[in-house]
Amino acid sequence: MPGEFLDWLKREGRIVIVGASLAGLRAAETLRGEGFAGSLTMIGDEPYEPYDRPPLSKAVLLGRAAPDRTELPRRREVDADWRLGVPATGLDMAGRKVQLADGEEVPYDRLLIATGVRARSWPHETEAELDGVFVLRGRDDATALQKRLSAGPRRVLVIGAGFTGSEIASACREREIEVTLAERGSSPLVGALGGVVGQVAAQLHRENGVDLRCEVMVTGLEGDTAGRVRAAHLSDGTSVETDVVVVCLGATRNTEWLAGSGLGAGPRGIACDAGCRAFDIRGIVTDDIFVAGDVARSPHPLFGYQFLSLEHWGNAVSQAETAAHNMLCDSVERRPHMWVPGFWSAQFGVNIKSVGVPSMGTEIIIAQGSLAERRFVGVYGYQGRVIGAVTFDHAHWLPFYQHLIETTAPFPPKFETVDRRPEGLRPMSAEFPDPSVPTHGPTVTLSGYSPADRRMTFTPGR
Amino acid sequence: MTQAEGSLLRQILDYSNRHNPYPLYAELRKTPVLSEGDGAYVVSTYDEVLSLLHDPRVSSDPRNMTAPGGPELGQQEEPGLPPSFIRQDPPEHDRLRRMTNASFGPPHTPRRIDEMRGDLGKVVSGLIDGIGNTDRIDLVEQFSYPFPVTAICRLLGVPREDEPRFHGWADTLAASLDPMPGEDPTERNKIAEKARTELGMYLAGLIDERRKDPKHDMLSELATRHGPDGVMTTMELLSTSALLLIAGHETTVNLITNGMLTLLRNPDQLQRLREDPKSVVPMVEELLRFEPPVQLVPNRTTLADIDIRGVTIPKGASLWLVAAAGNRDPKRFAHPDRFDPDRGDIQHLGFGSGIHSCFGAPLARLEAQLALSELARRLVNPRLLEDPPEYRRNAVLRGPRHLPIACNDIRP
Repeated sequence: MPGEFLDWLKREGRIVIVGASLAGLRAAETLRGEGFAGSLTMIGDEPYEPYDRPPLSKAVLLGRAAPDRTELPRRREVDADWRLGVPATGLDMAGRKVQLADGEEVPYDRLLIATGVRARSWPHETEAELDGVFVLRGRDDATALQKRLSAGPRRVLVIGAGFTGSEIASACREREIEVTLAERGSSPLVGALGGVVGQVAAQLHRENGVDLRCEVMVTGLEGDTAGRVRAAHLSDGTSVETDVVVVCLGATRNTEWLAGSGLGAGPRGIACDAGCRAFDIRGIVTDDIFVAGDVARSPHPLFGYQFLSLEHWGNAVSQAETAAHNMLCDSVERRPHMWVPGFWSAQFGVNIKSVGVPSMGTEIIIAQGSLAERRFVGVYGYQGRVIGAVTFDHAHWLPFYQHLIETTAPFPPKFETVDRRPEGLRPMSAEFPDPSVPTHGPTVTLSGYSPADRRMTFTPGR
Repeated sequence: MTQAEGSLLRQILDYSNRHNPYPLYAELRKTPVLSEGDGAYVVSTYDEVLSLLHDPRVSSDPRNMTAPGGPELGQQEEPGLPPSFIRQDPPEHDRLRRMTNASFGPPHTPRRIDEMRGDLGKVVSGLIDGIGNTDRIDLVEQFSYPFPVTAICRLLGVPREDEPRFHGWADTLAASLDPMPGEDPTERNKIAEKARTELGMYLAGLIDERRKDPKHDMLSELATRHGPDGVMTTMELLSTSALLLIAGHETTVNLITNGMLTLLRNPDQLQRLREDPKSVVPMVEELLRFEPPVQLVPNRTTLADIDIRGVTIPKGASLWLVAAAGNRDPKRFAHPDRFDPDRGDIQHLGFGSGIHSCFGAPLARLEAQLALSELARRLVNPRLLEDPPEYRRNAVLRGPRHLPIACNDIRP
């Protein structure tokens, strides 16, 4: 009887969570909050207790917060067996065991995978190993980069003007460090927010003294005889003398450890249903393996059942809570994860927030405020409905636009609002790059298929 | 309000219900969006109030109101001054509020409020030291009224020797917001007008001094700061400082008084606060839900037809958002009529929400926390002498006019 099993599971079952960051911690807290009294094991590849990442590219780089002082506030005691600094290396689905790098095997009755993503490193390995070349994802990255910035570099080169790259450029300028920002697309943030808003971001960078170079690629990094980076070569034939390079080329999902396990895990993440249950490679949903956070990819009914994979702080929290709840539940009590995507960034003193999926939008209007003043609400339309919104220093209004998205309100919205300027009302192309041209930095990755699509297939990792 | 003689809103405004409007709020919530039939719409449930506070089709600028405004609430702006940002919409609102905030809070002045902690703690101690006869204390007169006025003086930079004069003006102006029934208002209005003029001239003089010789206070910064939004004109400065003065104390008086009243009605919580001063933080939050000093937001209007809960609020309507009713919405808060600082998620509407959310919230929180924890610690066996106490007339800024209490002794 499932009821008996669940009672037993709650009382003395074994739950293992792989991934000891935001999603893992919130899931553990929810499990305990919902009465799970069995054994709980938390596995993390970093040697640290769960910490918060958003400050790493902001306050930490500005020297305002110590990188080792961004612990996540605890909601409750989780009473777990912490295996930190030991990555998981494999999964035995049939035997219900997680294999660890130290050779140990951890058995489970229910498993939650929350291994997140890591920064994509510079593809040229020798160049990536030059002293002065950084990525920024974890606490160690932030410690090393902040130390180097404090040493007063002549110039910093940031490769990639997505959110992380833009925040790093902003932090450098605030510390009065010369910075060059190289972007393959036509403007910063173009992948996430499109060219119209990207142009505003570009102005922000330039006015704050960033040497912004768009539509260029970095073709190579050059080191000196001591193995320190000294210059970068660009596709337009120019080069940049620099002693610090920060590679911000987006993220890679941490799924390699699942290769060959039979779980539906690949470079786009781990596919799961709306209740956070993972699919195996045959497209059959598992009943004992759950997924949450950046590594998960789940269908969202509001967005045409597309499989969304979101690198959003709020999504990680909400999905972890849903997954943990569902792990302890019978099918009728399970909840779907229907979080509306939401995201924030801070750069050059501007608060940027978005809801919905702007990158699905084809058109944009400026519903409130103005692009020229850089304080505005941009609303994205897709096939005649509101699909996303972004605010620059106008975040108080976002719940309203979220409601429009949730209720599939028509685009363009026709009603009067406060601070509406006539020039903003004409829908224009949102200017997203051609998806066939590679770019980077979108925080929302859309992929997958409608459940009605008979051709639904799963491609394992390449 | 002609045909709605016995309407719920009329009953809520009726003074005889002032001491306990909550049963009426419960009645009101049965119709979450209530048309009063004279162009006024009353919204009383949590989700709906919250959504309208974030709705860009809702305006705070009275010029957008085309329907009759509903009952008069004595909430006028200072005559002769441009409207303060509380009665404006973006972008003007945003500009003024941003410029004011640059001198008040993060990111430009992150520590201003926290730096006041020690000074305000001394004011609290001084007021409690001066209580005297413990057989009958009027907590309002002797404590919760003088404290916020002193606090706002310190914040703005009103010199100590001028504080008595300032108290006098503030008293008069506050009284003018608190109409007395059966009294000819002419004389009182004359007195209020005089106080307003004198206060305006005093502030203008002070601003002038601070422009020449800036000090570490908010008036100096407001008068001298050149930010990306430029500088404030003298008129803008006057309406902003008048707003800070009035909004900055008339509300906190009620927060502190309502707080002490609630604690005296819940002796176990008072005991807990005495033993664990840190518990004051969730207690003040729960107070802002349970007995918010600002009960409703009456001065909004709609820029477009708004469909909500099956009702279309037409463009230009007068919109009343009853935050205090939303705060006790059982759909949002379990056992809403219970004072329970331990409820997990106290996302109250006590400070409003959205772009007009209470500007002074950090200061109000600090004042209430300092006041209540110190009163709890020092008053020995405090008790209410009248329950319910006599309330002020005002239905919007609701709180007792006097709170007579007694205690056995005052601890050092």
